[in-house]
Amino acid sequence: MQKTLKKYFPIFVIPTFAAFIVAFFVPFLMGVYLSFTEFTTVSDAKWVGFSNYIRAFSGSSDFLNALWFTIKFTVVSVISINVLAFLLALLLTRKLPGTNFFRTVFFMPNLIGGIVLGYIWQLIINGVLLKFGVDITFDAKYGFWGLVILMNWQMIGYMMIIYIAGIQNLPGDVIEAAHIDGATGVQTLFKITVPLLMPSITICTFLTLTNSFKLFDQNLALTGGAPGKETQMLALDIYNTFYGRTGYEGIGQAKAVIFFILVALIAGAQLLITRRREFES
Amino acid sequence: MTGKKSNPLFIVILCIATVIFIAPVIIVLVNSFKGQFYIADRPFELPGADTFVKFENYINGIRKTNFIRAFLYSLFITVFSVTGILFFTSMTSWYITRLKNKITSALYYMFVFSMIVPFQMVMFTMSKMANVLRLDNLIGIVVIYIGFGSGLSIFMFSGFIKSIPLEIEEAATIDGCNPLQTFFLVIMPILKPTAITIAILNAMWIWNDYLLPYLVIGNKYKTIPIAVQYLQGGYGSRDMGALMAMLVLSVIPIIIFYISLQKHIIKGVVSGAVKG
Repeated sequence: MQKTLKKYFPIFVIPTFAAFIVAFFVPFLMGVYLSFTEFTTVSDAKWVGFSNYIRAFSGSSDFLNALWFTIKFTVVSVISINVLAFLLALLLTRKLPGTNFFRTVFFMPNLIGGIVLGYIWQLIINGVLLKFGVDITFDAKYGFWGLVILMNWQMIGYMMIIYIAGIQNLPGDVIEAAHIDGATGVQTLFKITVPLLMPSITICTFLTLTNSFKLFDQNLALTGGAPGKETQMLALDIYNTFYGRTGYEGIGQAKAVIFFILVALIAGAQLLITRRREFES
Repeated sequence: MTGKKSNPLFIVILCIATVIFIAPVIIVLVNSFKGQFYIADRPFELPGADTFVKFENYINGIRKTNFIRAFLYSLFITVFSVTGILFFTSMTSWYITRLKNKITSALYYMFVFSMIVPFQMVMFTMSKMANVLRLDNLIGIVVIYIGFGSGLSIFMFSGFIKSIPLEIEEAATIDGCNPLQTFFLVIMPILKPTAITIAILNAMWIWNDYLLPYLVIGNKYKTIPIAVQYLQGGYGSRDMGALMAMLVLSVIPIIIFYISLQKHIIKGVVSGAVKG
């Protein structure tokens, strides 16, 4: 079978691989190369070594500000989304009436695209802030919390569904045993439910982490980085460096490579943690 | 678990949460029937006799953004990209899982590697590449989606294919099937549940995607997210009425899709998350 299969390589692999080369592989390698050059149209690339990487940090403080804003946003979002999603999942696994309806409603925002979400929340947040005579671009803190609220609204339902699946797979007898041994509800939650749910918690933490870290559409639509560039996250800063004005493409590409490395480190950490757990169990 | 009595307090909390989750969409819906100058100033008021404008915002918005065309572009790109991804990546996944050598495992790792690369890393070079190769049209962007989306799909298909017992394929080979027949007649039907999951994940991504189509075909073909963003930042003063109407029209297809395929979507998203 292996021998006949070999002859079929062109039919099974070439179409996908050709699309992969065009859409990902060559652009990726070119991207790495271009980050070491100065260019405006690719064909005029001039080798400049690491100077783009140095200028990404030293030229202006935009990139570091965006990095810091992204980190703050990611930490707050990851914690708030997971805590709230976990609490909702606990409520919805208590066999209350209407559970299916609530689950359906809470998940719905996850399907709406980032641009549309951004403008929906811009209307609401500006409507509330109007009472205080300001709008979302008045101060970076409004943009920050606006993004946190938006992200919570979008992702809580998704994470809740994963937690529900995890809770439903818990061994019932362990919890019953704890109950018989006289454990209170809170003790059962922290000593048994939470430790047994660690796999779900890991998945949800990393999903919210990467989604928050790579956020672009919502950022563009909700604040566009305003006021100034104060609410600009990494992805938006890279986009603006590329397309904001000519002459900065090399720096934009260098920032993109750094961004890629950060995302890869997060993915690597996830792999490590998941592997170690599988190894232990 | 502890205390099976359904505490009324829990129901109250869940109802409040429901209001919070639905309200933003309802508020936009209500505002889409108000005159454009009454929206930003009084977003939480119902339309009154002097502010109610019937479907004027919808007519304006559809005209300004060419919404019907945007809808058809989005539909075309999503349907053909998802079909193409399913068709080609399932073939590739089966092949590189079943034929084990250095080339196929190198291919597998390359595809999986592409999953962790953020779009910003390749956005400039990819759109240049699309331009040079004349892929900046509706067919071309389908090719790009197949290439860029292949990582996740191959990862998920391969994981599932590993669990299919080899005996089934060996029996097919003994019965005289060539690899193509084995794949299409025997393997493809088995892949159905995974294919549904992959289809839903890719459909959600491609339908809502903004930056990739904007950079590759945005000048000529405005998909729904591009049309909404264009209306907002495009020209002169911003027409809040049209924006509200377009937000509603963008959400309606998603809600129809969700309600009709709810079970598959929730299951697909969970199994996608657990594997991804």
